[in-house]
Amino acid sequence: MKLNERSLAFYATCDSPADNAGFLYKRGERHTAYHRRWFVLKGNMLFYFEERESREPVGVIVLEGCTVELCDSAEEFTFAIRFGGTKSRTYVLAAESQAAMESWVKSLSRASFNYMRLVVRELEKQLEEMRWGPAGGCGGCQGSPSSWKPKPSGLEQSPERLPALPAVVPKENGCAVWNNVPGADRPPNASGCGGHDREGNPRPPPPPPRRQASNSEAGSTGAAVAESPSTFCQLHERYGQEVARLRQDWLERRRSPWP
Amino acid sequence: AVLKKRLVKLVVNFLFYFRTDEAEPIGALLLEHCRITKEEENVFSISFIEEPERKYCFECDSEEQCQEWIEALKRASYEFMRRSLIFYRNEIQKMTGKDPLEQYGISEEARFQLGTHKQ
Repeated sequence: MKLNERSLAFYATCDSPADNAGFLYKRGERHTAYHRRWFVLKGNMLFYFEERESREPVGVIVLEGCTVELCDSAEEFTFAIRFGGTKSRTYVLAAESQAAMESWVKSLSRASFNYMRLVVRELEKQLEEMRWGPAGGCGGCQGSPSSWKPKPSGLEQSPERLPALPAVVPKENGCAVWNNVPGADRPPNASGCGGHDREGNPRPPPPPPRRQASNSEAGSTGAAVAESPSTFCQLHERYGQEVARLRQDWLERRRSPWP
Repeated sequence: AVLKKRLVKLVVNFLFYFRTDEAEPIGALLLEHCRITKEEENVFSISFIEEPERKYCFECDSEEQCQEWIEALKRASYEFMRRSLIFYRNEIQKMTGKDPLEQYGISEEARFQLGTHKQ
């Protein structure tokens, strides 16, 4: 299967943060000797290099759907990365100390994309509950009007309190170039994409759109990823229109008092 | 350049592509440090930071489908998620004074720190 290997190698060696790095012994495929390799864990991928200074990895293990377990082996400090499926290989690795082994097992078990996504969704939910209130709010993106209290003074405030919205500014995946939204705070010293950050001033990304729980992976014949239809932009639009309408009503009632 | 019909599947941060009648993918693109660009009608392209002139072009059946793919692909990278997480963490911490990652026991992990550093 073809892969964009240059991009993989770039990702492995660029200065975006590695989640773990160090020497490990890797058992050969035919249960032969162990080879000492330099391992780098980035995101959901475990790269390994012949030497620490090597410019390109010699291999990569994609850590989706795997289990990480300790090994009952003659060798000390061994653990295995195991995949389901009959054709899948089990990778047996050995660390150089108990502490190193524990550190690797811990970081590898949490390396999957899905794990990260779960945590992100959870935090996103917490943040929305704080902003919109626990009842209704953005839950399911239906936005029951009863949970939202119209207040004229709130009109000016609410658009500002939303996080930076996805604008039409072209965005670079993994190296975000965002609009400077007034009131949106920037994390201090947030690193951008390391060497290739074009901005000088990295800014927080907009929150990802809500995804339906059943669509943890995408894919269907030729169709796009089935994401939740409401992005923050659309939500903002919808609430904004409702707000404008209510404000209009309120103004009219003020002008013509009840008989 | 010739357009070939492919089944395209976005799974985590990989874009797999298949011949329409085959079960195994021909190839995959890792979607980290890439740029998704709208080209002409119904068309978007993916290019990578280390080779920006080389574009992988995809023609969709409709403009709507094209926009859906663009939005999905822009959010597909692990790095994007990491940055979202750091942003949310920071916002929640500002609002509550508490670190929301503590409950998961992952607040010390290097990848979630604001001032990320090389190892």
